[in-house]
Amino acid sequence: MSITVYVPCDSSAVSLGADRVANAIAQEAQKRGIEINLVRNGSRGMYWLEPMVEVATEKGRIAFGAVNKNDVASLFDADFLHGGSHALSLGITEDLPYFKKQQRLTFARVGITNPVSVDDYIAHDGYRGLKNTLALSQADVVKQVSDSGLRGRGGAAFPTGIKWNTVLNTPSEQKYIICNADEGDSGTFSDRMIMEGDPLVLIEGMTIAGLAVGATQGYIYLRIEYPHAYGILNEAIANAYAANYLGDNIQGSGRAFHLEVRQGAGAYVCGEETSLMESLEGKRGLVRFKPPLPAISGLFGKPTVVNNVISLASVPIILDKGGDFYRDFGMGRSRGTLPLQLAGNLKHPGLVELAFGVTLREILYDFGGGSATGRPIRSVQVGGPLGAYLPESQFDTPLDYEAFTEIWAVLGHGGIVAFDDSVDMAEMAKYSMEFCAEESCGKCTPCRIGSTRGYEVMTDIVNKRDLDKNIPLLRSLCDTMLNGSLCALGGMTPYPVLSALNHFPEDFGLSAE
Amino acid sequence: MTESNQATIQAILTELQDKKGALLPILHAVQNALSYIPPESVPTIAAALNLSRAEVHGVISFYHYFRDTPAGKHTVRICRAESCLAMEGGALETHIKEKLGVDYHETTSDGHFSLEAVYCLGNCACSPAIQIDNDIHGRVSPEGFDEIIAELGASV
Repeated sequence: MSITVYVPCDSSAVSLGADRVANAIAQEAQKRGIEINLVRNGSRGMYWLEPMVEVATEKGRIAFGAVNKNDVASLFDADFLHGGSHALSLGITEDLPYFKKQQRLTFARVGITNPVSVDDYIAHDGYRGLKNTLALSQADVVKQVSDSGLRGRGGAAFPTGIKWNTVLNTPSEQKYIICNADEGDSGTFSDRMIMEGDPLVLIEGMTIAGLAVGATQGYIYLRIEYPHAYGILNEAIANAYAANYLGDNIQGSGRAFHLEVRQGAGAYVCGEETSLMESLEGKRGLVRFKPPLPAISGLFGKPTVVNNVISLASVPIILDKGGDFYRDFGMGRSRGTLPLQLAGNLKHPGLVELAFGVTLREILYDFGGGSATGRPIRSVQVGGPLGAYLPESQFDTPLDYEAFTEIWAVLGHGGIVAFDDSVDMAEMAKYSMEFCAEESCGKCTPCRIGSTRGYEVMTDIVNKRDLDKNIPLLRSLCDTMLNGSLCALGGMTPYPVLSALNHFPEDFGLSAE
Repeated sequence: MTESNQATIQAILTELQDKKGALLPILHAVQNALSYIPPESVPTIAAALNLSRAEVHGVISFYHYFRDTPAGKHTVRICRAESCLAMEGGALETHIKEKLGVDYHETTSDGHFSLEAVYCLGNCACSPAIQIDNDIHGRVSPEGFDEIIAELGASV
């Protein structure tokens, strides 16, 4: 029997040479007359070890990393196919502490299966949630999601069950499910990892959502910056159609759900749900006024569920094991798990899925291993480009939506970007204003004009010009943006700006007082 | 507009114009085929979708990804977002601009490389990151960048 070798097809692994490693392994095996079964899996999320090659053995999967294509011949010489020892050997993958300490629910299959294989998906407990869904009433499916306590993982943390219930109870001849896969927040990549590493869990989650609320058409709005995910999603969707898990008669139930991937075109604001719908309709991505809520009048004016990738990908396990099972993870009103993305200046960047409640410090040091440069971590931005910068004194905050709100910060989509002590926080605040000016859709004045004025004021501040005049001006401007903007882009840009100013005043030319 | 561009656009319109919300898929298909969306094609696209030219132009100019001038043979996109900034992304950006001798939204005089900015490639665990055409590169050093473009036949 041939030995199975895994080399990730995840785009981050590929960005470090995984394709070249996979080719080298295939060629070397052929040269030596050894038959192997080469599977391109998702990433386990330990990116400092990518490209990480795994071999299936009787003892379990054994990992080798980080593998360069020039290491391949020596791996064969060391008989890595039978777990032979080699300098790059990491031992049993699932015994690696980084991996072992996690609580993987949504990411249960990522890195383990062949992402586009429906058979592999089913062999690893896939489509059990859909099977239960087909046996339940629509209201009972929505109840399971409500009972789970799942809140939107895109950033706003709105209870998913309430959204679904509104769409279910709004009569219409046509309803839609939209997956918001416009993962534009810097420092985040969990959506991408799901779409590249286990796209069928997203497809199953969307199918369950469609059946639950009576929607027959789904769209995945995918950012253009993810070309690999586009290819893998389309292949998985085609396979799901062929296996009768999508289409007009899902598994002989007589019920329909169709799914299509649409690409964005490089506008950050299209991650805002109403702007996203405008874009899907073929228009400029201008933010809409709310109300009406998308759940009442959304895409093409029809009731629409708009959920983030991770929210939808968490639905299958909820329908498989029950809302109570999922709710038993977490703390306070933050139930279940959150896939955290460790990025920036960290020694061990990657994906860590844990129940809510772990502290930022544990994440940064126990998992992240401290900074990559070996210098002290000075500041951490949590929750993407609109998230606050936290100083060391706040590292003991538990990762929980409410705990973060209390310190005027956000968890957002779970992205964590660390900076060492070489960072200039005034430059980062200036960058936040520049980013907002670049990406503002232009509909509301506080965001459109405020961001440009904010960039100018920050430029003056960085150059230490008229600080006694410009600092109050910056605060006043941020106040207008916070309270007067139509959506989170203008409304939350003050989070990184003011948190940088408040926690790191010395970088703004002020005394630490 | 050249006859071959005209034919390409017509074929795309025939295939896609009846989709719901067809404009973005059409613009993507045109740019994939021609490397840009020729301004002369706007009236044809507008007529097919029963839109005004202003509406189509507005969409093209709204989205950073769409371009109305031909792209170089390869498009280099530098991630400017926070995670890459935390990992010497700023120095890499300076190096790339110097090496190619162009700023953002410009193309080298030999037509080999266009340079664009991007805000996050989702490769934040392997910062700093750049994208060249569809390929993403992680943990890119200035020397690493030089090697990559040498493989792509850079003369600089």
